Amino acid sequence: MVHWSAEEKQLIASIWGKVNVEECGAEALARLLIVYPWTQRFFSNFGNLSSPTAIVGNPKVRAHGKKVLTSFGEAVKNLDNIKGTYSKLSELHCEKLHVDPENFRLLGDILVIVLASHFGRDFTPACQFAWQKLVGVVAHALARKYH
Amino acid sequence: MLTAEDKKLVHQVWDKVSGCQEEVGAEALERMFITFPQTKTYFPHFDLHHGSDQIRGHGKKVVAALGNAVKNLDNLSQALSELSNLHAYNLRVDPPRFALQLLSQCFQVVLAVHLGKDYTPEMHAAVDKFMSAVAAVLAEKYR
Repeated sequence: MVHWSAEEKQLIASIWGKVNVEECGAEALARLLIVYPWTQRFFSNFGNLSSPTAIVGNPKVRAHGKKVLTSFGEAVKNLDNIKGTYSKLSELHCEKLHVDPENFRLLGDILVIVLASHFGRDFTPACQFAWQKLVGVVAHALARKYH
Repeated sequence: MLTAEDKKLVHQVWDKVSGCQEEVGAEALERMFITFPQTKTYFPHFDLHHGSDQIRGHGKKVVAALGNAVKNLDNLSQALSELSNLHAYNLRVDPPRFALQLLSQCFQVVLAVHLGKDYTPEMHAAVDKFMSAVAAVLAEKYR
């Protein structure tokens, strides 16, 4: 089980409390598809992904981004059992979606950058530490059931 | 690897932080040491407290080197040749792909903090590619 200090929990909660899940989720997913274009391979039925502008404006990308970040919220609510929280999703990503777990790490790093751009100086080094730890733990949990 | 458009964007980003490059360098390093404590193992001789002169000095060096890379996007291998030797034979930082990825992440977080929404997805992509290219050159002589 991952140990979270009181400070880390507080830093995570305080940022999460101010996150617009729909906006940040959409932005994070769009950036993943733009910065690491090979990730588009998982979204061939999303329509127009031909340019950064198309990706940012794509309604399916926005909707899916929101879904992904909403799910991330489950980790924030269940810091003491992230493994259990993502057990089924891990199986899904392995067995049905066939996503290389490296992509979870990429998305995690992108999410941190999106948070930094939204919160500016409020996204302190201590905040970054807590959030990098969180995205790492989530990525690990999502990879856990791979076989 | 870097398209003409990427190069333009990298220059744009660099111009945007031209007034506070030293600050950016120090902040990126500080974030790296705090967020990824394993990176401190390469600086046992440094005072790593917030605001330390050594972090400021080293941050300035790193940003200057990156600035040189930005000025020589068409010939990174040659521009970074000395640094490539240094990292391979003296510093021997764990596979640059990995260790420099951590610095790259922190550097981009600092850019995002400073530029906010102006750190567009297109800039993000170009800077990420640029940092990867730099890391690749620094790793060239490892073995």
